[in-house]
Amino acid sequence: MIEKERHVLIILPHPDDEAFGISGSIAAYRKMGVPVTYACLTLGEMGRNIGNPPVATRETLPEIRKMELIKSCEAMGLEDLRMLGFRDKTLEFEDDEDMVQLVEELIEETNPSLVISFYPGYSVHPDHEATARAVVRAIRRMEVEERPKLYAVAFANNTEAELGTPDIIHDVEATIENKLNSLRAHLSQTVWMMKETEAKLAQNDPEIKKWLRYERFFSYKWDQDFE
Amino acid sequence: MDIVNKEYVQEVITSFANKDVYIHLETTNGSYASHFKEGFLNAGAFLRNLVVNFELGKIVGDSPHRVGLKLPAGWVYAQGITHYEVDEYGRLLLAGLDHEGKLSVALQISETPFKE
Repeated sequence: MIEKERHVLIILPHPDDEAFGISGSIAAYRKMGVPVTYACLTLGEMGRNIGNPPVATRETLPEIRKMELIKSCEAMGLEDLRMLGFRDKTLEFEDDEDMVQLVEELIEETNPSLVISFYPGYSVHPDHEATARAVVRAIRRMEVEERPKLYAVAFANNTEAELGTPDIIHDVEATIENKLNSLRAHLSQTVWMMKETEAKLAQNDPEIKKWLRYERFFSYKWDQDFE
Repeated sequence: MDIVNKEYVQEVITSFANKDVYIHLETTNGSYASHFKEGFLNAGAFLRNLVVNFELGKIVGDSPHRVGLKLPAGWVYAQGITHYEVDEYGRLLLAGLDHEGKLSVALQISETPFKE
């Protein structure tokens, strides 16, 4: 059961971060008529996958990934995409306060009832972590009763040992095609993974179906704040 | 990008000698290396739009190649170079792609700045 929201604000650093574990939910919100804003901080300029054999270069990759991101948003029915122009792998070196203010402005403008981002400390990539810290800090500054809910994606190896199991599980069976199309849109990054995924799907592999069908989030634990 | 044509790449490197040129130099294991293999020291370095003026530049070895630039007061080098492209802006893009096609190293030389 996916709860209806007033407005959902997604804040992630890389094109394709939305595809793996959030795209089914985004598509579901859009089908419910919930406005969704997606702020994508970088264009994944430093991605290591440039095709095999290579179809991109370090210099053409951002433009390719930008087109893929737009296509993914079309697949999810998402109309409000913001590409914020930071460079991949540099977010943690930006001024921390600037990053918080950026999130504050997005929240102020969109007045979301739900923000979806990464979980600080449990999201592996330095850009995920920097994004997560900025999101938590911005929301923490709000009056408790005015804060939007924060659903955070966590996938570090120590997640289950330390955070337990996710409390928010979305069954996205109804939007699974949108999700697959979002994943397929990010072709330069997902081509190998999707080959495997589609082969398993064709064989009705229960594990892959489960992986696609359930999107897992942690409500941010304010009583165990990361700082 | 194509597999390095050593003679051609050498010519292009030499064409950039004794000029102020912009360098992109990068090595990476990817941001997930120590996620997939705990305890792995994930090391890498990144320079973009560093201006140098090299007096001698060479590509050496069989693939993967090594490329070194001798500066008046120092050096730039990259190893593991497998692929190259001279793009529409005349920039030399060199990269080392591993067996899965993932970029592990890049050395790029341009007379104009790379996009920030």
